[in-house]
Amino acid sequence: MLQLDRLSKHFGGVRAVDEVSLTVERGQIFGLIGPNGSGKSTTVNLVCGLFPVTSGRVLFDGEDITELPTHRRLAGGIARTFQNIRLFENLTVWQNLWVAQNGAEDRQQGFLKRWYSGNRQGRAEIEELLEFSRLHDKRDLLAGNLAFGEQRRLEMARALAAKPSFLLLDEPAAGMSQEELKQLSERIRALRERGATVLLVEHVMDLVMDITDRIAVLNFGRKIAEGTPEEIQANEDVRKAYLGGAAEQEEAASA
Amino acid sequence: MDFYLGLLQIIGVHTLLGLSAYIVLLTGQVSMAQAGFFAIGAYVAGMCTVMFGFHILPAILLASLLASLVACAVGFPALRVKGLMLVVATLAFGEIVRLFFFNVHWQVERNGAMVGPEGPEGFRRIRYFPENGWTSIDITAFIWVIVILVMLALWWMDRSRAGAVLRAVGHDETAAQSVGINLTAVKVSAMTAGGFIAGLGGSIYAHTTTHVEHLIFSVVLATFAIAYPILGGLSHVMGTLLAVVFVQVFLVEVLRFMGDWRNMLFGALIVLVMNLRPHGLLGEQPARMFDFLRSRSRREETHAAT
Repeated sequence: MLQLDRLSKHFGGVRAVDEVSLTVERGQIFGLIGPNGSGKSTTVNLVCGLFPVTSGRVLFDGEDITELPTHRRLAGGIARTFQNIRLFENLTVWQNLWVAQNGAEDRQQGFLKRWYSGNRQGRAEIEELLEFSRLHDKRDLLAGNLAFGEQRRLEMARALAAKPSFLLLDEPAAGMSQEELKQLSERIRALRERGATVLLVEHVMDLVMDITDRIAVLNFGRKIAEGTPEEIQANEDVRKAYLGGAAEQEEAASA
Repeated sequence: MDFYLGLLQIIGVHTLLGLSAYIVLLTGQVSMAQAGFFAIGAYVAGMCTVMFGFHILPAILLASLLASLVACAVGFPALRVKGLMLVVATLAFGEIVRLFFFNVHWQVERNGAMVGPEGPEGFRRIRYFPENGWTSIDITAFIWVIVILVMLALWWMDRSRAGAVLRAVGHDETAAQSVGINLTAVKVSAMTAGGFIAGLGGSIYAHTTTHVEHLIFSVVLATFAIAYPILGGLSHVMGTLLAVVFVQVFLVEVLRFMGDWRNMLFGALIVLVMNLRPHGLLGEQPARMFDFLRSRSRREETHAAT
């Protein structure tokens, strides 16, 4: 469904992403992991078009979308969340979902309908999303006044408002409690049941190992491994680059 | 009586100017070009009625449409730059417009007299209102009908999805792009609408003062244009009106007795107000109908819930 073909992004002399190729199949939950600064977020930004690529191609459903502007990629079915939550804090919870209804179907409405009020079906979908994200009683609050966990849920709901077929989740578990983590993995599974494909960028290993079908590991902008969670856990290079470091940190934290 | 009507007219015209900046500011753009669009409205509408004998309504409409067209054309290149660079770019555009009218010499003969813009001398005898027997009351009522129509339109827009989209772009462009909002289209639309409203203000202004010249449309006017919505707050269109009344009635008229000291106090008071009400006179709340009239209890409930 999503195919990166020798994708590179250089910032000056820094090779943030260096000739990364990978393929995400329809219906998969694909994990993208790697130490800090390994190029995960840059890859996400390249897929959704926030930066121009240095070289290589991004293919989506077999189409080359490397040059497509960001807002058109959403209509094509690619939605995302941000590592550091970026809600429209000056809008209410409800309005945050309202402005995000820019999927392919929404674009077919007449001008007035689209810009004045949206249609009845769209409003029903917002209700459904509020229900799904357990934000129903917060609908009229400003997004900036929500608690952290609620903001994360709202951001995911906002990404879903356009009914994307492909979802990029950039560290959705950052700062979450164990309880919230459990709910998050349930919600991501529920997304797949709805038919979405997910690219999950994550630091929290339990979550990645638990729910992904396939994992790619980045280090210094290069892909050093790809495989099933079991294969990745057994891979020596990955241990050295990432899991080893994380394990040491955990030990240090528990000590 | 005439003094108060005159004041009402000034408030009306400046409200239009402020509202033209308001809609652009909603998208997070600080545009110093509003005085330029205001000037285009003033000159073009004056030319239509004085030189070509238009009725006032088509003259105003034509001038405003032209101003919005220019705003649209300026919008595309100018809105590609952000922040301070945008301020500089739009400031430069405003000066280009001013200097254009500084240089325009175009007069035609009407009823035995030469009329039209005379370059640095300005554009005199825009006497549509007195020639057609409009009284001060007529003019004031005319202005306020337009102001109220514009405010209603903006208020309606604010509550619509379009308003939410403008505010979304104003808050975070990256996030807005990611949820499928076309930044260029939104910003240029806001600019175009702003140009139209500034054109309306300018074309009315030219007819109430009967004489315009390039010096009026300087950086000072552009500063006023963006100061009104910032001072009033971006939560509601009423904020801009409130700010215009505050500035024109309180700062300009009530403090007139202070003579030359007034201008100094003027700046100091604006600084003071911005410190006391950092989100503008109306404060920061989501745009809702009559939110500012509604009982406070509801708002407090909302706050308590968070």
